[in-house]
Amino acid sequence: MADIVATPKSHGHGDHHDVDYLHDGSLLSWLTTVDHKKLGVMYLWSVFFMFFLGGVFALLVRLELMNPGQTIMTAEQYNKAFTLHGAIMVFLVIIPSIPAALGNFALPLMLGAKDVAFPRLNLLSFWIYVTGAIIATVAMLTGGVDTGWTFYTPYSTTADGPVALMTFAAFVLGFSSILTGVNFVATVHKLRAPGMGWFKMPLFVWGIYATAIIQILATPVLAITLLLLIFERLFGVGVFDPKLGGDPVLFQHFFWFYSHPAVYIMILPGMAIISEVIPAMSQKVFFGYKATAFSSVAIAIVSFVVWGHHMFTSGQSQLAGAIFSFLTFLVGIPSAIKVFNWITTMYKGSISLAAPMLYALMFLILFGIGGLTGIFLGTMSVDIHLHDTYFVVAHFHYVMMGSTLIAFLAGVHFWWPKMFGRMYNERAAQIAAFFVFIGFNTTFLPQFLLGSRGMPRRYYDYLPEFTFLHQVSTVGSWLLGLGFVIMAGYLFASLRKKMDAPSNPWHARTLDWQTSSPPITHNFHEIPVLKQGPYDYFKPFEPSVEGYHE
Amino acid sequence: MNWLRDWMMPLAASEHAKKVDELYLFIFLLMLAWFILIVSLTILFPMKYKRKKEGVLTINFSHSLVLELAWSVIPLILVIGIFFWGFNDYAASFVPQNDALEIHVTGSKWKWAFEYPDGSRSIKALHVPVNKPIRLIMTSEDVLHSFFIPSMRTKQDVVPGRYVELPFTPTVAGKHQVYCAEYCGRDHSGMFADLYVDTPEQYETFLKEGPEEFKTMPLIELGKFTYNEAGCKSCHTIDGTKSEGPSFKGLWGKSEKLRDGSSVAVDENYIRESILNPSAKVVAGYEPVMPTFQGLVRDRQVLGVIEYIKSLK
Repeated sequence: MADIVATPKSHGHGDHHDVDYLHDGSLLSWLTTVDHKKLGVMYLWSVFFMFFLGGVFALLVRLELMNPGQTIMTAEQYNKAFTLHGAIMVFLVIIPSIPAALGNFALPLMLGAKDVAFPRLNLLSFWIYVTGAIIATVAMLTGGVDTGWTFYTPYSTTADGPVALMTFAAFVLGFSSILTGVNFVATVHKLRAPGMGWFKMPLFVWGIYATAIIQILATPVLAITLLLLIFERLFGVGVFDPKLGGDPVLFQHFFWFYSHPAVYIMILPGMAIISEVIPAMSQKVFFGYKATAFSSVAIAIVSFVVWGHHMFTSGQSQLAGAIFSFLTFLVGIPSAIKVFNWITTMYKGSISLAAPMLYALMFLILFGIGGLTGIFLGTMSVDIHLHDTYFVVAHFHYVMMGSTLIAFLAGVHFWWPKMFGRMYNERAAQIAAFFVFIGFNTTFLPQFLLGSRGMPRRYYDYLPEFTFLHQVSTVGSWLLGLGFVIMAGYLFASLRKKMDAPSNPWHARTLDWQTSSPPITHNFHEIPVLKQGPYDYFKPFEPSVEGYHE
Repeated sequence: MNWLRDWMMPLAASEHAKKVDELYLFIFLLMLAWFILIVSLTILFPMKYKRKKEGVLTINFSHSLVLELAWSVIPLILVIGIFFWGFNDYAASFVPQNDALEIHVTGSKWKWAFEYPDGSRSIKALHVPVNKPIRLIMTSEDVLHSFFIPSMRTKQDVVPGRYVELPFTPTVAGKHQVYCAEYCGRDHSGMFADLYVDTPEQYETFLKEGPEEFKTMPLIELGKFTYNEAGCKSCHTIDGTKSEGPSFKGLWGKSEKLRDGSSVAVDENYIRESILNPSAKVVAGYEPVMPTFQGLVRDRQVLGVIEYIKSLK
């Protein structure tokens, strides 16, 4: 954070003497801020840090799998490493990445609002997130847990280690997620600029709105589940452990009732960013705006009734399995609609291949693979073979990392100039994007083959016949790591420069680009009055904000 | 397309496995075609419509009912077809067979144990006759496990406190791999079993005499195999370090002090008794936690373990 706070600089704004939000750079002003932009930036740095930590565990896991048998760690250490990798990446990186970091920063700007509806609540969410992260860190330092991020019972109720503490961390983080969701729903309902009807909202707002609804409805179920787990561990209340009269499969139902919608808490915001980046970088009206907006909501609703597809082999009834399988296929349809809408939006556009667009195109390809391999897993007879193998590992990495995280990177590169008032080195960004793309596919494509050939997941050791594919995958993880190192390099380097970013480097039409880069503390001098739709690239630009200049 | 299937999938050793492979291959080719369509457009459009000049206005092409219906309805029809195909094969594989051979399976950290209709037992090696419907009735002693036979394209989570079943009909004789597919802790990745699909004669011999190799293997080797496979190694080390049970290194010939204060010399009869009736004489400083291996190991294996312990000086 030192780099941003070290270079405060005000911009002249004609008659006004407002300063940008980075101007007051004292530590106290950051830690106690209720400004959605500063909170967004603090989330961003937290997510970056946690991503680094989760990434180190990922590289260690891949290194261990370089050869069969022991390579660099024992089985116990390996089990802890993959558990921490999963828990950190899911609860501390992916879930808060887009909504909390980019959503906080961009949502009020896009709506033409001064801030979110409840700025103090927003600060509270952030500190709850930090508390959860600290509890998780304490759990890691006091022995770590080896239950997998899914905490399946009865293993999790009988395993050694600070499982209750780790679970409690996820419980606390859930509250941060719920409060952010409440805040965003209220903001979208109440704080839209005059003239901005529901169908004039940018699609990013639609996506974040749908996500917020899932967060509010699903996260409490996780909270209750984790609380029951803690009670069982600490007080021997028999809910999930059959030795105490409980039912272990019940935990899976509870867990996936949250965690499947959570998959959409992760992917919907990613889709939302792509819906923003593609029209702006293509200078084209969005194709199928309403279909895309409704498909976000449709995905949010259907996501609540597909949890059983994680449990085809769990011993749930075969009829239930069949219903879940069918509903799962239905989720594929809104996703397919979105993909074709994005592609058609590029048709006859004026397409720039700057970094945000590179990541958006990368998203289309990787989400294509992630989505289409989901069809194999939704198909009952095929899933029975593929369940709990590397095929599943590859599939969800294509969706969570290849899609959500790549979309997050598209968003980071898209809004970076707006956030910090500085452009990054475009050439370096292209090189990093190249390594990320090649590295990602080298890591995860071989895992589909490993899985279909029968390699189970969460294996410390494996049969010699799988060695070659594991080694390719491990080498891929190094290329991927290199991509991220380069990225960290040019992003940090950009913060040391003078502020040089124009207000609207991508010539976008949404309100967030009609204020200065970085924005002034209150976002806009006057309340904007919407004059144009967010993607009206077929007619000359009519700014909705007075005094707009590029 | 057989080469493609053989490249992606392991050996298919049942009719059900072949059906799964057909569907897998069908989905693969369909998804590949779909993917090629997406990727070509994703690459083609940015190349063709690359920005040449800043500030140009673009066309107002914001919706098209025909296009949108097309890419909603076509995928819908395809996935409904795939759903029914997959559901039919799945349901068919679970239809109970009247003449199925029922074998009980117990999963525990970290081994699979099997019990046959005639009372024979085996650990980490499941013997079944070829071309006969098999019905595994499974449970777990501790946490969740999952019985996964890739060559049969089938798996089933094994849940403590309840029975689950896994039917299959093997058609290819030989040795097949079984894994535990549900994470269960430290040695999850070593929780293997071998599935021996026998000819009817081999299966009868197995029931009578135990596995063929047990009769021909040198005793020390059989002992080492038993040590590794039957579960001795979870509690007894061979390098002298103390675990839940005494280490086997240097054990032979020692005089051990027992929990009741008496002492015993480690000889053939003491080891035999400790394997078959472990709670009879428990060494001081250890809990009486060892289960009996009566019926789980055959006589020649007990001899093997005795010889193996002798060899660990």
